[in-house]
Amino acid sequence: MIAESGHYALVLALGLALIQSIVPIIGARWRDAALMNVARSTALAQLLFVAASFAALVTLHVTSDFSVANVYENSHSLKPLLYKITGVWGNHEGSMLLWVSILALFGGLVAAFGNNLPLSLRAHVLAVQAWVASAFYLFILITSNPFLRIANPPIEGRDLNPVLQDIGLAVHPPMLYLGYVGFSISFSFAVAALLEGRIDAAWARWVRPWTLMAWIFLTLGIAMGSYWAYYELGWGGWWFWDPVENASLMPWLAGTALLHSALVMEKRNALKVWTVLLSILTFSLSLLGTFLVRSGVLTSVHAFATDPTRGVFILLILFVFIGGSLSLYAWRAPALKQGGLFAPISREGALVLNNLLLTTACATVFIGTLYPLALEVLTGEKISVGAPFFNFTFAPLFVPLLLAVPFGPLLAWKRGDLLGAAQRLMVAGIAALVAMALVLAWTYGGATLAPLAIGLAAFVIVGALCDLAERIALFRIPLSLSLRRARGLPRATWGTAFAHAGLGIALIGIVCETTWNSEYIGSMKPDDVARVAGYELRLDGLNPRQGPNFREMIAQFTVTRDGEKVSVMTPSKRNFTTRGASTTEAALLTRGASQLYISLGDVSADGAIAVRIYHKPLVLMIWWGPVLMAFGGLLSLSDRRLRVGAPKPAKAAARALQAAE
Amino acid sequence: MTLWFVFALMTVAAIFAVLWPLSRRGRADSGGSEVVVYRDQLAEIDRDMAAGIIGAAEADAARIEISRRLLAAADQSGQNTPVQGSLRLRRAAALVALVGLPVIASGFYLALGSPRLGDFPLAERSKVADANQPLANLVAQVEAHLEKNPTDGRGWTVLAPVLSRLGRYDDAVRAYRNAITYAGDSADRRADLGEALMGSAGGVVTADAKAEFERAVALNGDDAKANYFLGLAAEQDGRKADAAALWQKMLAKGPSDAPWRPLVQAALVRVGGTVPDVAPGVGAPGGVSAPALPDGAVAAAKDMSEADRGAMIKGMVDRLATRLKTNGDDVEGWLRLVRAYLVMGERDKAMSALADARQAVAKDADRLRQLNEGLKNLGLDG
Repeated sequence: MIAESGHYALVLALGLALIQSIVPIIGARWRDAALMNVARSTALAQLLFVAASFAALVTLHVTSDFSVANVYENSHSLKPLLYKITGVWGNHEGSMLLWVSILALFGGLVAAFGNNLPLSLRAHVLAVQAWVASAFYLFILITSNPFLRIANPPIEGRDLNPVLQDIGLAVHPPMLYLGYVGFSISFSFAVAALLEGRIDAAWARWVRPWTLMAWIFLTLGIAMGSYWAYYELGWGGWWFWDPVENASLMPWLAGTALLHSALVMEKRNALKVWTVLLSILTFSLSLLGTFLVRSGVLTSVHAFATDPTRGVFILLILFVFIGGSLSLYAWRAPALKQGGLFAPISREGALVLNNLLLTTACATVFIGTLYPLALEVLTGEKISVGAPFFNFTFAPLFVPLLLAVPFGPLLAWKRGDLLGAAQRLMVAGIAALVAMALVLAWTYGGATLAPLAIGLAAFVIVGALCDLAERIALFRIPLSLSLRRARGLPRATWGTAFAHAGLGIALIGIVCETTWNSEYIGSMKPDDVARVAGYELRLDGLNPRQGPNFREMIAQFTVTRDGEKVSVMTPSKRNFTTRGASTTEAALLTRGASQLYISLGDVSADGAIAVRIYHKPLVLMIWWGPVLMAFGGLLSLSDRRLRVGAPKPAKAAARALQAAE
Repeated sequence: MTLWFVFALMTVAAIFAVLWPLSRRGRADSGGSEVVVYRDQLAEIDRDMAAGIIGAAEADAARIEISRRLLAAADQSGQNTPVQGSLRLRRAAALVALVGLPVIASGFYLALGSPRLGDFPLAERSKVADANQPLANLVAQVEAHLEKNPTDGRGWTVLAPVLSRLGRYDDAVRAYRNAITYAGDSADRRADLGEALMGSAGGVVTADAKAEFERAVALNGDDAKANYFLGLAAEQDGRKADAAALWQKMLAKGPSDAPWRPLVQAALVRVGGTVPDVAPGVGAPGGVSAPALPDGAVAAAKDMSEADRGAMIKGMVDRLATRLKTNGDDVEGWLRLVRAYLVMGERDKAMSALADARQAVAKDADRLRQLNEGLKNLGLDG
């Protein structure tokens, strides 16, 4: 009964979504408050039913009900409870159900907390949200139904892919989906604005918290995924420019641009049309990511061609929503009123530059990801676009971006003073030079680019602090007064500083890890000693152990430095019998922000085991950066106050002002 | 009955969600407006002035700018107050909810759902049935014991067939090898080892498996299992006459009440051989029709419960299906798969397998012809 009730709840959610996509629009056209309010109650009911459906699937997985095909194919009665639950979204059908659950969650949130929205805007937003939801309900029910049954249930399931049996699966996909799907709200707002033909600063105010929330989750989701790949895949790499990773990076880049352009729109009523376009593009890229990951087109174009139902369905959704929204944009955007004016050197100008660089970076990722696919479809030729392409295109775009980041917050709205900003950034510049000199001296004769990059990172971090110091007039007025000003600063300002500093911190981690990473790869017998980066690692021995649904071989290493025992590390190799697959469990030893990393290979006939040992200096900063960025986002989000950018009255004769669009 | 009651309750709840706002008098002021936002922004400027974050001149400029927007917004909202909607529209919407929702929901659900199937949580099933959970624990215990005493031949002998039945073929192969090493060689164990090897190869009699069956026959020429599988090997190699000869010899020599008789007879019919003298119940329903399935390991299933056997057969069919997905050239395999689905009563899957088969061999005219003929024999038009 649980299985069938869950199935029926999903079907009812589809019915409600269909009503929600039509009735409120009609209500808005005839300005009937009751009809518009239908959007609200149906969105909440839809959330209720999808949540029930999702809960049903979780229950089925937990109780190992193998009469449900999805449970049979992805679960095992001996799996630990946590992985029984996370296994719900560790497969295609379940993860699509999670996708729509989160979509319904955001719809429900807008319905519940959207009291401050004008009635017709809320009706439109929820209706657009329901269009997306309907399409995905249909997709799930028709091509990827998680509630299909097996008449003669098998006694044991086929287990979850061992690589996914990890705590990472509990956190990464829900985070990522909260980010991906969260952008559907900005999309709905944009389409609603186009439908209403009206858009203003208030619109940006309403849409910004949602965008920010989605951006926070996406940032954390990507960082989490990267760390998961780092410790689970056993190669010590943290970013592979893999199409699946790129699929999540593209919405992040576009979403970051959106965040900044929405700021301009909210404070200065400018860049309106561009912001709407970015909203549409960001969610389109989220949909594209879903298509890339879920249609199987990445594993092989041919695999996609042999079982095309799913892929073609998502492709259809993609075409309808992207094509539809862009057509609507082309049709209605020219009717939107143009916004305010500003000079090229101004806060707005800096944000435009930010947008230009971010969208260009996004475009390069887009090309690097889709070009090989297009080529394979057209000519059958298989090429892979890897790290070199992205390094060569990404770096030249991010260097100017990072150079510009500290300037942005220091420039005034409407017309800024670049020289003044540069003077105020003097401290950051000096800090950068000092950092560069120190690193150069320390690693004399080593890499030449790395010290420059570290200097850049120092510039970004200290620049962010400079902005704060400037605002609280540090050292210029008594300290107690400065502190009081610091408390009075809007949280959004703190958020900006944290997020920008996070960029610099991540950059330090990336540069250190890639430049001064040292490794030992070889085969070791018990009592052999490997030396890496000043550490001595002695292999004490190999022990087999039986886990709940796997057997593992644990190697024990004693780590010493200068003769002093530091710790014991126990990497292992697990064999999962049901799927006949094995995983490597790397052992990590954290020392400050640096890590020692051991992962095991195969045991050879003479009892030696292949090991890979890495020392990764400051590697953790790669993930501290994004966490700091997300924290900054959270601070901004908690700043409910909203201010209009205060323009400085022009003193000199008006210079040539430039239109925003 | 309770299921339908629950469905009815859920439907009523969903309809209520649509009807509720329709039944309420639409309050014109429900919902915020931009005016509020701009007022808020104006208040913000004053707060910032007090905190000393903004200069007086800039604050004035900002106030003017916001006020301008505030006036425009107030103008707009004056025109845009929601009107009292028409009763007709609301009635239409209510009708859509009352009729449309149940129709959509039942339409989709009846096409996709399986309302007659109850739940099968594993805990309850193992309470009723043979208790699969303790078996798994037992296996783990025995494995742990053997970990410490790897030369315990009797332990390996007990463990091996259990592993084989659980589908852990690779472990079963290891266990059988150990049993042979520590508990002595025998025809039975060789044959079982061969069968486990077959199992791990997805039902294909590999060269390794065949070697084991041959060793078993060398030890004991009458070993039924080894002989049967050697016949199957011949059949899989396409030497149907050899297979038939082997199986005919088995039937002629074997005791008349041997449990494997129906199985071998069915296999014989499959390769087109004639069944010697007494041939009762060939192709009879029930267990006997099962040998048409991908591999002969069904012999091992003869003393299983009905549900277990069903699961095992399904597992084999699934393995065959996956094998064919990677290597679609095997026409015989495709035919076996289609036949298996038909026997299991899954006509839809049979049809989709058929379509896959056509696609897989479409480039090879010879194979396509072979496939079509085979399908005709199955009673499906070619």
